[in-house]
Amino acid sequence: MGKIVIDNNRCKSCYICTMTCPKGLIKKSDKTNRLGDYMVEFDDKNSECIGCAMCAKRCPDMAIDVYR
Amino acid sequence: MQQIFSKPKSMKKDFRYTFCPGCDHGIAIRLIGEVIDELGVREEIISSTSVGCSVFLYDFLDIDAVEAPHGRALASATGVKRARPDKVVFTYSGDGDFASIGLAESMHTALRGENITAFCINNTTYGMTGGQLGPTTLMGQKTTTSPTGRNKDYYGYPIKIAEHIALCDGTAFSARVSLDTVANINKAKQAIKKAFQVQLEGKGFGFVEILSSCPTNWHMTPEEAHERVRNEMMPVFPLGVFKEI
Amino acid sequence: MTTEKVLIKGNYAIAQAAVNAGCQCYFGYPITPQTEIGEYLSGKMQELGRAYVCAESELGAINMVMGAVSTGVKAMTSSSSCAVALMQEALSYAASDELPVVLVNVMRTGPGLGYIYPAQGDYNQAVYGGGNGDYKIIVLAPSTVQECVDLTYRAFYLAQKYRNPVILLADGLLGQMMEPASFGEYPYPEVDVSGWALTGAKGREARKIYSVAPDEKKQIQHIYDLHKKFEVIAENETTYEEFNIDDAEIVLTAFGSMTRNIKAAMNVLRSKGIKAGCFRPVTLSPFPHNRISELALKGKDFAVVEMNMGQMFKDVKYAVDGKSKVDLINRPCGEWLSVEEIVAGVERVMQGGKAYAANI
Repeated sequence: MGKIVIDNNRCKSCYICTMTCPKGLIKKSDKTNRLGDYMVEFDDKNSECIGCAMCAKRCPDMAIDVYR
Repeated sequence: MQQIFSKPKSMKKDFRYTFCPGCDHGIAIRLIGEVIDELGVREEIISSTSVGCSVFLYDFLDIDAVEAPHGRALASATGVKRARPDKVVFTYSGDGDFASIGLAESMHTALRGENITAFCINNTTYGMTGGQLGPTTLMGQKTTTSPTGRNKDYYGYPIKIAEHIALCDGTAFSARVSLDTVANINKAKQAIKKAFQVQLEGKGFGFVEILSSCPTNWHMTPEEAHERVRNEMMPVFPLGVFKEI
Repeated sequence: MTTEKVLIKGNYAIAQAAVNAGCQCYFGYPITPQTEIGEYLSGKMQELGRAYVCAESELGAINMVMGAVSTGVKAMTSSSSCAVALMQEALSYAASDELPVVLVNVMRTGPGLGYIYPAQGDYNQAVYGGGNGDYKIIVLAPSTVQECVDLTYRAFYLAQKYRNPVILLADGLLGQMMEPASFGEYPYPEVDVSGWALTGAKGREARKIYSVAPDEKKQIQHIYDLHKKFEVIAENETTYEEFNIDDAEIVLTAFGSMTRNIKAAMNVLRSKGIKAGCFRPVTLSPFPHNRISELALKGKDFAVVEMNMGQMFKDVKYAVDGKSKVDLINRPCGEWLSVEEIVAGVERVMQGGKAYAANI
């Protein structure tokens, strides 16, 4: 059982995390940031996240905190 | 629930990386920060960085730092270490900085076996100035100053930095790592730690070449850029440890 | 250390004075006519447990000095003319970073590789600098081996006191000449560097020494601050020597080792009934503009004697600002202008002739 918190002020919408999450729990959101890019959102309705931190390790902007 | 992944303590409290989206500099600096935390040496560090995107290191890490002109980080670091042998000294450069304009300084620092740790981000281009041909630009690679691609007759060949540094007798550790996958990021951190440890043990020069993507200047998405690191860079710049004593 | 006089070569005197001043690190690359400084220090520094590095180049050497002084220790490098040219980039950085770099330039002949004849052709290089941007360096010019000692002491002190690079501008003649000199004790107090030196961010905020300011307002303020600092340096540290100036009609003006010859020429001229005086800036930067200006307003003419094509001449003209006559007696390099040549030159200019390139 885990969860992540994405800091939208740090995130630059590179989408590396969306391709890294083994369970596909990070998705492009409909909302845009101040540069007009679609932000990412953590979508874990079925509590699948195990807090593996792979998304955070590959995030170039340290925008993801991981809890387990 | 407990927080199991957060920013290293060696990093400044409130900052936002000024690198382009998807740039690997952010990961490299975070790994250095994590290693500094694990070794508990933040208060003993004096770092030197010169010119290029790497110069921003000291906006993000909460450590003492002195700037050097382009290519001279290793000379500056030599001065720091000789003046204060008890301090932990490291440099952070790009490939142009370390292996083109600063090749003499870098190589001689390794040859002298200075107890210094050096990191070189190799992204096969001059990132800050907008993607020109650099010392590690791959054969065939198009840049703004090699519009038809690098060919040997016109531009010569790229340099394999980690292998050259490994040839120096004063080098205690030389490795090449990549940041394209979680597994490689984990290995990169181990190498970064080792490069600091040889300094702390007084064994000599510790060096890590870090293959990095530059999505902006390669005109690729961050994920495509990482594929390029794997498919085009790694065959020319193989990952591995080239020297360890 | 005693006040006893020893017969010593200028280069060795500079090196030993650096040791006495507490120079902890020397970084250098050989070039004639200053190589003895590095040779002397290589053994000495090892003996004292201090640092000596045979740098890979002058670029390496000056940047090592920058790294070392950023940690608060005293450090220096020495070189000569064409190799000092290589260091200009770092001097610009050091001035902007406010690093107390000490650089000894034992001048040889240029431009280009030139040769090892003594010359004074690096006045502009030292005073105006070859680095980029608006920066100023403190430049001290010794005229005797004793002054090589005294001004080396002063160079280390001023560098740390004002956090500004200092150049000791000697020449091949002084570097290779033996004269009696006494060392005494390092006469200046130790400067407290604890407020800025890099020692690791222990129990305090991390410090960054850098010149890059991607912010227009900060950059403008930084340049103003550097220049304000130099105004204070000019106010406090401008030094010069003058002899027989009160009744002088013509003031022979020179820097560095040419000072010796103008003093002798002044005596010959006086014996011939010409009221000659001598003026010699000890600090070439800050330059004693105000004093020269005062003397010019009193109607005194100037004859600038130097071993270059008129580099300090321009500064004297600028200070005189048309208030009196300024002439140049010079030779570009090689054998120093003799006392006879200077006397003949002065006589010619006093009669309205030109003494430009006295040997032509």
